[in-house]
Amino acid sequence: MPKRTDLQSILIIGAGPIVIGQACEFDYSGTQACKALKEEGYRVILVNSNPATIMTDPEFADVTYIEPLTVEFLEKIIAVERPSALLPTLGGQTALNLSMELHQAGILEKYGVEMIGAKPGAIAKGEDRELFKQAMLKIGLDVARSRTVKNMNEAHTAVDELAMLPLIIRPSFTLGGAGGGIAYNKEEFEGIVANGLDLSPVHEVLVEECLLGWKEYEMEVMRDHKDQCVVICSIENFDPMGVHTGDSITVAPAMTLTDKEYQVMRDASFAVIREIGVETGGSNIQFAINPVTGRMVVIEMNPRVSRSSALASKATGFPIAKIAAKLAVGYSLDELRNDITRLTPASFEPTIDYVVTKIPRFTFEKFPGADTTLTSAMKSVGEAMAIGRTFKESMQKALRSLEIGARGFGGGGKHGLDEAPDEKTIRAKLATPNAERIFHLRYAFMRGLTVGDIFDLTRIDPWFLEQLREIYEMEVALKQFTLATLDAATLRRAKEFGFSDAQLAHLLGSDRAAVHAHRAAAGVATTYRLVDTCAAEFEAFTPYYYSSYGAENEVLPPTGKRKIMILGGGPNRIGQGIEFDYCCVHASFALREIGCESVMVNSNPETVSTDYDTSDRLYFEPLTLEDVLEIYQQEGCDGAIVQFGGQTPLNLATALKQNGVNIIGTSPESIDAAEDRKLFSAILEKLALKSPVNRTAMNEADALRFAQEIGFPVLLRPSFVLGGRGMFIVYSEDEFRTVVHQAFEVMPEKPVLIDKFLEDAIELDVDCISDGETSVIGGMLEHIEFAGVHSGDAAMVMPPHTLSREVLNTVRQATYALAGELHVIGLMNVQFAIKDNQVYILEVNPRASRTVPFVAKAIGVPLAKLAAKIMTGAKLKDLGFTRELTPKHWCVKEAVFPFVRFPGATITLSPEMRSTGEVMGIDDDLGVAFAKAQAAVKPGLPVAGNVFLSVKDTDKPRAVELARQLGALGFSIYSTSGTARTLAENGVPVTRLAKIGEGRPTAVDMIKNGQIHLVINTPDGMIPRRDENQIRSAAYARSVCIMTTITGAAAALNGIKALQRSRVGVRPIQQYKGNVNVL
Amino acid sequence: MSTPKPGVLALEDGSVFHGRAFGADATIAGECVFNTSMTGYQEILTDPSYFGQIVTMTAPQIGNYGVNDEDAEAGGPKCSGFIVREVSPIASNWRSKLSLPDYLRKYGIPGLSEIDTRALTKKLRVDGAMKCCLSTLPLSDAEAVQRARDWQDMAGSDYVKDVTCKEPYLWGTDEPANHNPPYLPVGTTMNAPGIPATTFRVAAFDYGAKFSIFRKLVNHGFAVHVFPATATAAQVREFKPDCVFLSNGPGDPAALGYLHQTVTGLLPHFPIFGICLGHQMLTHAFGGTTFKLKFGHRGGNQPVQNLETGKVSITAQNHGFATDPKSIAKGGAQVTEINLNDQTVEGLRHQELPIFSVQYHPEAAPGPNDADPLFADFHRMVAQRKAGKI
Repeated sequence: MPKRTDLQSILIIGAGPIVIGQACEFDYSGTQACKALKEEGYRVILVNSNPATIMTDPEFADVTYIEPLTVEFLEKIIAVERPSALLPTLGGQTALNLSMELHQAGILEKYGVEMIGAKPGAIAKGEDRELFKQAMLKIGLDVARSRTVKNMNEAHTAVDELAMLPLIIRPSFTLGGAGGGIAYNKEEFEGIVANGLDLSPVHEVLVEECLLGWKEYEMEVMRDHKDQCVVICSIENFDPMGVHTGDSITVAPAMTLTDKEYQVMRDASFAVIREIGVETGGSNIQFAINPVTGRMVVIEMNPRVSRSSALASKATGFPIAKIAAKLAVGYSLDELRNDITRLTPASFEPTIDYVVTKIPRFTFEKFPGADTTLTSAMKSVGEAMAIGRTFKESMQKALRSLEIGARGFGGGGKHGLDEAPDEKTIRAKLATPNAERIFHLRYAFMRGLTVGDIFDLTRIDPWFLEQLREIYEMEVALKQFTLATLDAATLRRAKEFGFSDAQLAHLLGSDRAAVHAHRAAAGVATTYRLVDTCAAEFEAFTPYYYSSYGAENEVLPPTGKRKIMILGGGPNRIGQGIEFDYCCVHASFALREIGCESVMVNSNPETVSTDYDTSDRLYFEPLTLEDVLEIYQQEGCDGAIVQFGGQTPLNLATALKQNGVNIIGTSPESIDAAEDRKLFSAILEKLALKSPVNRTAMNEADALRFAQEIGFPVLLRPSFVLGGRGMFIVYSEDEFRTVVHQAFEVMPEKPVLIDKFLEDAIELDVDCISDGETSVIGGMLEHIEFAGVHSGDAAMVMPPHTLSREVLNTVRQATYALAGELHVIGLMNVQFAIKDNQVYILEVNPRASRTVPFVAKAIGVPLAKLAAKIMTGAKLKDLGFTRELTPKHWCVKEAVFPFVRFPGATITLSPEMRSTGEVMGIDDDLGVAFAKAQAAVKPGLPVAGNVFLSVKDTDKPRAVELARQLGALGFSIYSTSGTARTLAENGVPVTRLAKIGEGRPTAVDMIKNGQIHLVINTPDGMIPRRDENQIRSAAYARSVCIMTTITGAAAALNGIKALQRSRVGVRPIQQYKGNVNVL
Repeated sequence: MSTPKPGVLALEDGSVFHGRAFGADATIAGECVFNTSMTGYQEILTDPSYFGQIVTMTAPQIGNYGVNDEDAEAGGPKCSGFIVREVSPIASNWRSKLSLPDYLRKYGIPGLSEIDTRALTKKLRVDGAMKCCLSTLPLSDAEAVQRARDWQDMAGSDYVKDVTCKEPYLWGTDEPANHNPPYLPVGTTMNAPGIPATTFRVAAFDYGAKFSIFRKLVNHGFAVHVFPATATAAQVREFKPDCVFLSNGPGDPAALGYLHQTVTGLLPHFPIFGICLGHQMLTHAFGGTTFKLKFGHRGGNQPVQNLETGKVSITAQNHGFATDPKSIAKGGAQVTEINLNDQTVEGLRHQELPIFSVQYHPEAAPGPNDADPLFADFHRMVAQRKAGKI
């Protein structure tokens, strides 16, 4: 059956801001879906609050709403747009949950919207633990045995019936699984169950069979309306059960299953998708297998496109989201074509002739105090994927793709030391899953542990361990050689094992360049192979490559067109995420428009940039000097763009240039000049621009001396980092001593900068584009919080809302002067601080910034695309962008934080960036725009209720006015001693609450009881007090709106006023087009 | 590291691949083919249809889960040689009994690893299946190429006689290990066979049959009386079976005139079901012809569309020859299924007689079980015939 003609318009809900567990993969899937449905002639209505996505670019949907993802806003949009159908399965759990809420609220029925892909009944069955379990048993599949118990008697019956230990105890409805645990004996069982029953608000615990250490698998399956089912990819987790699959190293295809076992899992997957009733589209089904008995249990299913389906798409070349969208509108698999082979249909199962390894990327260093153990709750913020002909090769490539200082599995670097820790440390690191466990496997081999010993500690399958042992054995063997004595055969084998030249240099006592030269002389050349879905059975037409060391090179001959390489951003991390991928993708689109060939290099499987049809050629490769240079040379590129991928490509820029790469756009020298304090100071002096007093220190002693000279407070920060890693505002010498070491640790051997900190200054982010002759400001974003909050974490308003015309003109002149002086060709971001009407330059980054997509959406101009064209030689006047545009409406950016994932971590805004994503609120009214942004980051501003107010001394004067106005709006104010006294003294009605530890009820009690609707709590000093942190944790955990700066609170007040005053409307961004003032 | 033993693969076009030897020490020649299955090397090695062939696996990591007692399709490996990118030194699986290198050594089959199997596969795809020589003994490249060229091509040869059984027997009375129930993990009951109440006697021709076919027939309500390929139509008629089954097998289907004749002699008398070579024998019995595919279909992901229902099954395949669709009409047969990758014939049905056949492998092993219902279809067809309905 061809596509449905009874549908005219289709609503797609995006995943919203990037959070842990929901990253760029849903931009990838959503973008594919939008493209697929538009291609079929449907009117596509898209809703997503995340402006940094490609999918929200105005051309990807017919109407695009950058509005909060809440039932309330979606109903408004549905009322306006009247879509014929809703496709709920492409925007992650967010979209799935919202679709269910829309259904349950009767909204879909009211407006006659049909859910396509998966129906509510199927979603409910797939998502509800008990319904799912019953469904599995019904079709003859096994599940983990469990009992729900409400008292100790039932618990005793359960333990007798289950007749097994250990058992996992999970209390119902406790946050983050608090009170749960594993009981290995009856005594422990008694204790944990008793405690769990007590902690559970409904006095209920689930007693479940413990599957820790079982082999874990995932199956990515698709089904069409003809009930044709296919497996796209099987994935085997390197880390056994117990670690969330998002935090596990995973390998595709499955490595240790026989065909019989695999086929049972395949049949089971189809049985599951049929029984749950997902009519069309993709699902992900997870299984565990007992490594001794082979017993197979179904863990769970996701009746939607998932992170793993993005991985599976990249791993196989089969575009799951695109096909899912087409199946949802009525196509069957056999009616769709395999894009890669062109001649064969999509109704097949990809077979691959390489091994894919995915490794999660963690950022525990940003959340001191957080538990770094890997558990069933996901903690990683990104991932790298690598492809190799063998597991060994792909694993080593994946490790060096992580950009955490690992060169691979050993061979020097931070995680490949030549000295192993003591055996006790190693055993501890192996027994409990953690981010460094992979590196400690090598240390274990170094200390003489066997594969058997390590299996006993880790339950990682012996096959994987043996592979790693072989890598280690090769490392040991290589150490017997010098570069001169190394024979070509061993060298080739080492490369086939995935050793990088940098690793070899370390092991052979040489350097990277010498190894490379030796390799060239020995004829050990890098070859590129195709990802073709079919293991070479058919000809492939999409140039999607990975490197290997083989007998054949499949790189296509040059076409004669000018060829430009784009370096991507690698794995997501805090500070470097989707915004940079957005820019890279735009670069690719721009190159296509001007007839240049684009060559994309990236290692992040979640991204749009690694979609095989984004660029003319795609290289799924680590972003290291060796890997990038090889591609550049083999492709014969004419230039490379490094300013779009965040810090990753910038860190390579100088070395690439030294090796003959033509870096187009702003030169690496200019980029360095902006980072180098000395050079930069000279530029500022020349341009007569001010910056806060500052010094550069190479050691801790100097740093302290300089800080004393400058006078506290000071801003302490390492150079050459993104995301404010190791950045602190320090108010006293004592504080300085406690943190200075951390600042130096971030980038060893690089200087640390000490700036005078401008308290209560207003910060401004300016994005500018320049072609060397003309410079145009793209946007100016005023921070809502005062200086001191990282620009990635700060809420911002565009256009600036409090600054005078004179100040803004000064800012403009300074920006243009800097762009000229730094010879910027492309994008530049400048951060200003304004204090007492004086304009200070805080930082200049001659590269794409995190705010570029936001600004582009605010003014309706594709800045990144223009910048890419400029880099290839175009001029702004030819591109028609010569004058600054400021929106007539208000655009507010707000950040989302992962604090809920890291219980125990400090909750405060600081110069160290810790947000994972952002949202945009757009409206003609600033208050409404802010309120929308708050609604989009959840839970949104309250319009009535109780406010808990507790502020630092310096904020107290402002707090009085704030409280008075909140009172006038009908809120009741609650405070603890200090703030309460100030309010009372000033005649503001306030209810006093006990401080924590000084009686009950406390603010925490009220928050837990749902009696507080807004928390305003501004911290004093660098490290917040414990009780403050408890209040904030409770607010985050209970989803209570929280403001941690006084200016944020003031903005919230305006937002609340606006919400009380006006009816909030929705408007697609296409209608904002041209709603700008031309300067 | 232990010193690796070199091995060589030479193709008739003169190209030579050097790798590491594993398995047995031997020099062999045969037809070089590739299989794209990602799992199931044990089943592939033991599939008698690979007789005379040297199999290259496109999946790069082979041997990971070793070899077990239950998954073999014959008493031992049947292909001549085995080529992989990397062979696992250890076997990791709860059912494993032997490592792959040890298994091949035990049965005298040479293996070659560290070969760029993708480059080799592309060559076979572009230039077609080739004669080759694989040696794990000291042998010069030139000599290896010569051996490859000297090999007697499979075209025109009868390989069935080398793999068929010698005497008729009742399946289930021989080696007990051959009669394992289908694999199911403990605790899982899905797929558990529900054997029909009525058992039919099937005369099953063994052209080099895979165990799984006979196991499937038993599980679907057949008493499997195995006949050697050399059995005549008269012998089968005399046995008075309820139906006839024609198995898979190796080699060139056109070279088996005596089998075409036997099948022709059975056509009007029994419901018949044929798989793979059995399907090709029916083709010839219908007066049709078969032709050699450039590089064949060998893998577990082949999309086959049923032209009657429009539905696509993902199938396991292993064949180098195919039916010429235009050649069968005169024999009263029609094409029921095609391969969506290249539109070749995958299934036949006689327009009047209760006879059907498939080119692919509904018994899977290795590969997907999507086409498993064909066995039940066969049972139903026989039942209808017995009831006088067809």
